[in-house]
Amino acid sequence: MSLIENLNKIFDSRIRLGIMSALAVNTEVNFNELKELLDITDGNLASHLKTLEESEFVKVKKGFIGRKTNTTYSITRPGEKAFKTHLTALEKMIGIVK
Amino acid sequence: MKDQQPLEDLQHIKLMMERSSRFISLSGLSGVAAGTCAIAGAWFANEVITKSGGPSAYREVVTRRFGFTSLSDLMGHRLFQIATITLLAALLTAFLFTWMRSKKNKIPMWGYASRRLLVNVAVPMIAGGIYLFKEIQFGNYGLIAPGCLIFYGLALVNAGKYTLGEIKYLGYCQLLLGLLNCWFVGYGLLFWGIGFGLLHIIYGCVMWFKYERIKKRGA
Repeated sequence: MSLIENLNKIFDSRIRLGIMSALAVNTEVNFNELKELLDITDGNLASHLKTLEESEFVKVKKGFIGRKTNTTYSITRPGEKAFKTHLTALEKMIGIVK
Repeated sequence: MKDQQPLEDLQHIKLMMERSSRFISLSGLSGVAAGTCAIAGAWFANEVITKSGGPSAYREVVTRRFGFTSLSDLMGHRLFQIATITLLAALLTAFLFTWMRSKKNKIPMWGYASRRLLVNVAVPMIAGGIYLFKEIQFGNYGLIAPGCLIFYGLALVNAGKYTLGEIKYLGYCQLLLGLLNCWFVGYGLLFWGIGFGLLHIIYGCVMWFKYERIKKRGA
């Protein structure tokens, strides 16, 4: 099996990779936190989150803080697994490069 | 060129993990600056105490004059003024260097990571502060310095989870120093100088050499 096959196409984007990294080390992260972390626009972030949500790597929870909506995101089991596989593949590629 | 891609991806992952969970802009120079302020403050305080006839005579004066210590008595007191100015100067200079570093790293100073850090430092500090005010009211002056060091140490140990992890070792040192001070009541100013002054400067230098100097060379 080639190493490239283990690389997930969904993680090709730096932004989606960043979202997954943040979710991997935090139990949940809200929309504004992600926006601040990645320094992108609302629309851009929302579309990347949608892609991750559709592939069921990310769970969405809509809530309220007072009257303001607070949407938080967390990683799913399949998401965790896919991210780990992707990480291992990246690490192996570096091993080969070296 | 393509071979670089996985390495850059991994670096990006590491950076995003760090930035999303910890406030990494805390500058070592902040530690050095705060430590310098603390030593200057301790020196001025020592002048005041020595002029009043040394530590033991001074303590008598304080006890006699502030038999019923109220907050306003304390505010007007010279040592309290020195302590307040020292604290403000230390906070201001520490803030300045960290602000400069966060600007350079393009990480927001008032973001989620820094707020989480601040809350977790503030909880033990405020609880400790209230407790120590009570100690002053009961006239237990000897326990103020150890108390400050102990609560500050606990705050730093807690902070270790929300900023560069090394800060918890500084916390353990402050904690040990504070506990040790409980058996050497009356030498509070000396322990204070070592804890808030010397340890901060050592920690700041170590952190600066470890993180900031390397980054400069890389850039």
